[in-house]
Amino acid sequence: MNTFLMNIKSNKTLKSKIITLGLVVGVYIIMQVLLSAGAVSSLIKGLLVPLCTYAILAVSLNLTVGILGELSLGHAGFMCIGAFSSAFFSKCMQDAIPVAGIRFTAAILIGALCAGLFGLLIGIPVLRLKGDYLAIVTLAFGEIAKNVINMLYIGIDENGMHFSTKSTLELNLSENGRVIIQGAQGITGTPNDSSFTVGIILLLITLLVILNLIHSRDGRAIMAIRDNTIAAESVGINITKYKLMAFSVSAAFAGVAGVLYAHNLSTLSATPKNFGYNMSIMILVFVVLGGIGNIRGSIIASVILTLLPELLRSLNDYRMLIYAIVLIVMMLFNWAPACIQWREKVVYKLKAKKIRTKEAE
Amino acid sequence: MSFVQYLISGLSLGSVYALIALGYTMVYGIAKMLNFAHGDVIMIGAFSTYTICNTMGLPPVAGVVAAVVICTLLGVCIEKVAYKPLRKASSPLAVLITAIGVSYLLQNVALLIFGTNTKAFSSVVSMNAIKLADEQITVTGETIVTIISCIIIMAGLMFFIKKTRAGQAMLAVSEDKGAAQLMGINVNGTIALTFAIGSALAAIAGVLLCSAYPSLDPYTGSMPGIKAFVAAVFGGIGSIPGAFIGGILLGIIEIFAKAYISSQMADAIVFAILIVILLIKPTGLFGKNIQEKV
Repeated sequence: MNTFLMNIKSNKTLKSKIITLGLVVGVYIIMQVLLSAGAVSSLIKGLLVPLCTYAILAVSLNLTVGILGELSLGHAGFMCIGAFSSAFFSKCMQDAIPVAGIRFTAAILIGALCAGLFGLLIGIPVLRLKGDYLAIVTLAFGEIAKNVINMLYIGIDENGMHFSTKSTLELNLSENGRVIIQGAQGITGTPNDSSFTVGIILLLITLLVILNLIHSRDGRAIMAIRDNTIAAESVGINITKYKLMAFSVSAAFAGVAGVLYAHNLSTLSATPKNFGYNMSIMILVFVVLGGIGNIRGSIIASVILTLLPELLRSLNDYRMLIYAIVLIVMMLFNWAPACIQWREKVVYKLKAKKIRTKEAE
Repeated sequence: MSFVQYLISGLSLGSVYALIALGYTMVYGIAKMLNFAHGDVIMIGAFSTYTICNTMGLPPVAGVVAAVVICTLLGVCIEKVAYKPLRKASSPLAVLITAIGVSYLLQNVALLIFGTNTKAFSSVVSMNAIKLADEQITVTGETIVTIISCIIIMAGLMFFIKKTRAGQAMLAVSEDKGAAQLMGINVNGTIALTFAIGSALAAIAGVLLCSAYPSLDPYTGSMPGIKAFVAAVFGGIGSIPGAFIGGILLGIIEIFAKAYISSQMADAIVFAILIVILLIKPTGLFGKNIQEKV
């Protein structure tokens, strides 16, 4: 036990990992106590699962933006794929697998797998591009995913599955067949399997996987690519492999968030509001405010930026405006060379002052 | 006959895309940044004209002039406040994310001022439609004005860049900022001028876009903005004739996709084209291939 504690003290990354995970567990315990005491308003209760969803999204996007150093604007697209594939599975298997736990676990795996697979498929050609081009292509992908799902009709009967892109009538279902995806109306009646506890468990799994990835040999390779691609290549790092790894892991966890989102709602449809460009930007705001590359920051920022406008109702009209200003100001403050210089100067002056007061004593 | 009619509406939409793409391509060629807010400058331009013409009742010419002036000032201000401090930032992501922030800011400011309701924009063009081939084909006045102004603006831009000192300075800055500065070129001034021209073009594009498709809300600009970027990439980003041809082609493709394949899928098809182009020929139709130096 003693050596374990010593280990924690000496090992900085382990310590930081434990703090991050402990923070999530701590918040969970506090919330559970408050919930059982009945001190939580229904507004906050309704926000618990979305909060977990946003936190998972922000953490997974941070892997792409902060660790891999590429901007993805299609994160909501991966979430969309995870949500629809898992909701489709749950609807199909509702009678076949009556146990909610097993069905939901399978749904999560399917959502993650589908989103990860799409991440891989999109990633193989697209990761050859850089910066601006990658951003715009991921944005395009997100829009395509949303558009395609909006015109998809799938029904099921004893002859198997029927597909159509026109309407439910075109499916030619037999009498006891049922329609599962109804184009723009999406999927209705998804089993309500998500809960705060499940959300927190998924968030913890996300954190464990991503933090371990970052601090592993692979993670260091990914960061080397971010810092200097050419230098990384010259020391024998396989650029394509590591880029794809980071990108598809990030996509898979966006899919997990999608599963959580889909099973929290009774009606799931792909609108610009939930899976569109704006959603991708909102997640990006969380990542930027929390600090690019800072996983713990992403969680804290997503919680603050979701709760703040909900709690201060009068602020709700200005919510998006605040997001925009946060984005610009944070970027200028953190990245503008003039600003960095100014900050260093201030820190230097403060330090000098401290030393002087010490000397005076 | 409907084929010709579709072709004409494709040309009309394509000309608007071309105008927007010209602004994109100039800013990208010189400042080497993707100005995400360009689409929203279009929207601000259209709202300026709407306020002047529809709300205040002044003649359309005043509206267009006001839009150009407001957008030019706005473009220069955005560059000074949001992009210039980040020009030497260590990560290229910084300015890209800031640009997204500016785009978001413009949308939401417009949302607060004008509300979410879609406004009916009255056309600034007072020309009558021309009927051709026994009245089977209609060419609206807006279409004619859009196509002609697009060609004039492109020709003007090419003349400006090839023949004037300021244009030459732009070319020099786009080649090599450091060397241009050593030759006594005012790099900051040149970049600001580029933003001014790009934003003025955006204003004109916004007015023409809303004249042809008369509905205006705070999100009007974002989709055409992104599609115009696709057009700029299609033609080869940084190339002025490329942006023009890319815009026209994209407009025609979009209208044909809407007419012959599926109106819902038109956007997806346009974006699929972008992905295909970037994979097959990332430099576009007219782009230069730049080797990366170590």
